[in-house]
Order: sequence, then C-alpha cells, then structure tokens
Amino acid sequence: MTVDIVPSEVNFRSNYDRRKLATNIFMGVAFFATIFGLFFLGLLLYDVFTKGLPYFNWRFVTTFPSRNPTDAGILSALVGSIWLMFLIPFFAFPLGIGAAIYMEEYADRDLWRNRILEINISNLAGVPSIIYGLLGLELYVRILEPLTKGRTLLAGALTLATLVLPVVIVSSREAIRAVPRDIREAAYAVGCTRWQAIWYHVLPMAFAGILTGTILALSRAIGETAPLITLGALTFIAFLPPWPVTTAVNEEGVVIVEKVSAGLGSFIQALQTPFTALPIQIFNWASRPQAEFHAVSAAGIIVLLLLLVAMNSVAILLRALFQQRK
Amino acid sequence: MTASHDSNFAAYEAQRFRSKWMNLIMRNLTWAFAYFSIIITVGITLILVAESFFFFDKLAKQGVSWTQIFTATEWTPLFEPPKFGVIVVIMGTLMTTVIAMIVALPVGLMSAIFLSEYAPPKLRAVLKPILEILAGVPTVVYGFFALLVITPILQRIIPGGDSVIAGLNALSAGFVMGIMIIPLVASLSEDAIYAVPNLLREGSYALGATKFETTVSVVIPSALSGIVSAFILAVSRGVGETMIVSLAAGQSPILNFNPLDSVMTITAFIVQVSLGDTPTNSLAFYTIFFAGFVLFLMTLILNILADWFVRRYRLMY
Repeated sequence: MTVDIVPSEVNFRSNYDRRKLATNIFMGVAFFATIFGLFFLGLLLYDVFTKGLPYFNWRFVTTFPSRNPTDAGILSALVGSIWLMFLIPFFAFPLGIGAAIYMEEYADRDLWRNRILEINISNLAGVPSIIYGLLGLELYVRILEPLTKGRTLLAGALTLATLVLPVVIVSSREAIRAVPRDIREAAYAVGCTRWQAIWYHVLPMAFAGILTGTILALSRAIGETAPLITLGALTFIAFLPPWPVTTAVNEEGVVIVEKVSAGLGSFIQALQTPFTALPIQIFNWASRPQAEFHAVSAAGIIVLLLLLVAMNSVAILLRALFQQRK
Repeated sequence: MTASHDSNFAAYEAQRFRSKWMNLIMRNLTWAFAYFSIIITVGITLILVAESFFFFDKLAKQGVSWTQIFTATEWTPLFEPPKFGVIVVIMGTLMTTVIAMIVALPVGLMSAIFLSEYAPPKLRAVLKPILEILAGVPTVVYGFFALLVITPILQRIIPGGDSVIAGLNALSAGFVMGIMIIPLVASLSEDAIYAVPNLLREGSYALGATKFETTVSVVIPSALSGIVSAFILAVSRGVGETMIVSLAAGQSPILNFNPLDSVMTITAFIVQVSLGDTPTNSLAFYTIFFAGFVLFLMTLILNILADWFVRRYRLMY
C-alpha cells in the first residue's frame, strides 16, 4: 500500500512546481502591465522637456503669441487660464457643494425623484466634454448673448463650470459622507436644526475633503480643450482683458496699449472679452507643420503642467493642514 | 417666573424661529442646486434634439434626402454636393476606440490585478498615485505626444516607414488614447477586485489552488460585473475623446479600415468645423449638433449599459 503513495507525492511535487511557475509568470506580466503606462508617462515627460526647455524662459511667459516661432509667447493664454481658474469655482463650487449637501443631508434617498437625481448626476459625469462645448455654444454664447457677449471669458467659465459640476458634486458627497453620524446626532441632541448641524459641524469636518476634491476637479477643467474650441474660443489673442492690467500688441509684436484699471466696470468688461487658454494655444501650435512651433508647443505644455502641479500641491497641502487640526 | 426668565425665553424663541427659517431656506436652496443638474441634462438633450431637427429641416430645404444619412458612404458636409454618410465618421470613431481598447483593457486589468493581488502594500502606495497621474495629464498633451513622439517611432518601427504609415494615423492616436484610458480601467477594475471578500480567496487556497489559479478562477469571475462595467465605461471614454484624435488621427472622412491611414472621428469633425469660419445658421453649423447628438446617444447607451451591468450581475456576498 505504501508503494502507491510515493508516486503520487512525486506527482504532486512536479505538478506544484509548474503551477507555481504559472503564478510567477502571471505576476511578472501583471507587473509589466503596471509599469507599461508609467514608461510612456516617462517618455512623454522626457520628450516635452527636451523639446520645450530651450524655449521655456521668462520672455516666453510674458510675451504674446506671434507668427514667428522664436518670438511666440504664451502670455494671453496663461492669463486666460488664470481667469478661468478663478471664475470656474465661483459658479461650480457653491452649486456643486450645495447639491452635495442636499443629497447627503436632506434628501430622502428612497424617493424615486431623488434616485433619478443620483442616476442623472452619474450620467452627466459620463457625457463627453465636447458635448458640453455644444451646450455652451448654444446656451451661453447664443441664448445668453446679452449677458455673456458671445464667445467670451464668461461663456468659457460657465461652460467649464457646467462640465465639472458633476465631479464637484460626487467628490463633495464623498467628503460629507465620511463625517461620522454621531457628530450630527450630537448636534441634534443639543437642539441644533439640521442646517446648524451641517454648517457648524459637518461642513468644517468635511472641509478638507471637499477642498481637495474640488481643486482636483478644477485642475481637470484647466486642462480641457475640446469644449473651449467648440465654444469658439480664439486661437490668436494679442491683448489682455481690461482688468487689472491691460496690454495689447499689434501684428509686429509692438505694445500699442498699456494701462492699469481696477474699476468694477472694467472687471465686467473683462468677463465679456474674447479669450484663449493654455490648452488651446498648445493645440494650435502643435497642429502647425513647422517643427519650431512644436518646440513652442512643448514649452507651453511645460507651463500647463507646472500650473497643474501647483494646483495639486495646493490641494495636498490644504488637506494636510486641515487634517492636523482634527 | 421672573421677568428675566420671560425675556430669556423670548430671546430663545426668537432665535429658534430664525434657526428654523434658516434651515428651511437652506434646505430649499440646496434642493434647487441639486436639481440644477436635471436642468443641465434637459438642456443638453433639448439643444441636441432641436438643432438636429433644424439640421434635418435644412437638408429638406436643400432638397437632400435624409435617408442618405444611413446609406451614403461619404461624409463631406462642407463641400458641394454635401454628403452626410454618418457611418463614415462612426467607423472612424470605432476604429480609434478599438485600437485604444486593445491597449487599455488588458493592460488596465492586469495593472488592477497586480495592484490588488500581488503588489506589497508599500509598492502599491507608490504605484497607484503615479498611475493616477496618467489620468490627470490633459488630453491635448497626449495629442501632442501621439503626433510628435509615437507616430515618428511607429514610422521607424513599421517596415515601409513613411510610405505605409501616414503622418496622421488611427494607430498612434488609438494607442495613445489607450494609454490615457489605462488608469480608468485599472482603478475601476481594482475597486471591483478589491471588493471580493478574502473568504473566497482563502477557500480557494484551502483547496490547494495557487495564487494564479485563485485569481483567474475565483477572484476575476467574482468581480466580473465590475470589470465589464469598467470596460464599457472605457469604450465610452474612447468614443468621446477629442483632442488626441483631432491632433493625431487626422481629418480624412474616408471609409477605410487600414489603421495606418488617417481617419476622421465624430469629435474631430466637430473640432474641424468649430475652428473654421462656419457662419452660424449654415448647414455645416447644424451638422456639428447632429454629429454631437449621434455621439451623445452612443455614450449614453454605453453609460447606461455599464450601470445596468453592475446592478444586474453584481454578486451578493
């Protein structure tokens, strides 16, 4: 009888080695798949920096675009992106955080209309960004023209704010949901209304999470190109909005207007100014045939990536800052 | 009861009254904010439907038969005579998407498996955020990368070089789009795989299965609904992607199944018209809304399908 056991033991061992090998091979393949994307990220960054760094200097950041690649700068696009960076949250954050508060704190989630609301928001998050460009073109450029004056900063900011709204809602909801139930119940127990519990207890605790999520959503909006192109943002802008500092150059790149104005009137005018933004300028330069413009485009990408890294750092910093207090 | 008690009580009542009103106001205000998203959806749908209606109306006025939209094999809305064979741009869209999926689905799934099943916690904590950076790179940068880095590399690798692979081609656009979509697939699949309870894995080990056998025959089947839904969302993302295809895939609305040639996608068409000087209210102007409507329907169906998959086939542990 014992004779029978020995071969099967041998059999198991040999079989085990083969199966163990399969595990190791599989793990190796999975590891390389994970590295695959990172390899191309590295290649992308390497190429952008080797092409763009020779063009990337202070002059590039402070001059207007030009027909001549060696003179071309990114000033109007950078200023346009910075304007958008301050305008988008103005619309998207109150709306998005408010919606998140309603859905997490007030809404009865078993009601059919609130379930539809949830499905609707997750569906909106899946709508391609270029469709938001078509929405912006019709709604903000054409229907609301008396207010926005057409293809302007205001129309662009509204379009991008609409685009990131679902993302802001989803990330704010997650931050609010992470606040423990006990906090609310303790507040109700001492006689708080629902709003007082939200305002004095839930929101301060969720603040770090909300801020991080919304800044990340904003950094997505700053990189969006397609909706602004559909909206009709211009690709060549040789002036700055009339607030707080105006400059304009003529076709030779000579400054023809320069003034400082801080009035409310010029601020409103600025909102109604045609604009361009970093990704549009990058797209414009990259799609030209001359290799010199490709280098200028790479320099523009460096500026855009620096802006995004700065925004992400702010998000991480704020989260660290607020988490320490808890 | 003294007078001071009464006045305290009155102050309390007044404050209570204000708090209750504040609560009611904020409840209704946040309600309005939340339901604003419904207005956006209705707005998008109304605009796309109405403008597509104008598109068909214009077609009829110009004496062009609307049935050619489904039958014609040419897409030349900007030329005379205009042809609206939308199948051409749909095929262009599908071709870049299929190439992207060939890259993104296996690589994304394997990354998810590595991160959740094999990677030691420390390595995972490093790799995951780096992988997420891929998702944060603006698509216009990926377009630049496809056009100016990947295409030249392909031209060097593929025998025949410039003569067989066009400067603008579906392959490099699709490939780079695939790289862009990897983190989406990886992160959604990882969520699904991570949700598989350890009891199932341990049961499998108890039967003598190796890690590979456990992953392939227990973990992945258990997470399948989430993985399939991640795949469908990836397809939807590929269909709607715009800047990579606009920069690197080209503007050739020709029915062609060679990935080395230039193709036109629905999104690239919208960009092409938006960049030109198309007068508003012209036929070409309405055509971008019609193209947008087709794109919207395609992604909507895919998104609903992904959602349905998760709900219908989710395993309850």
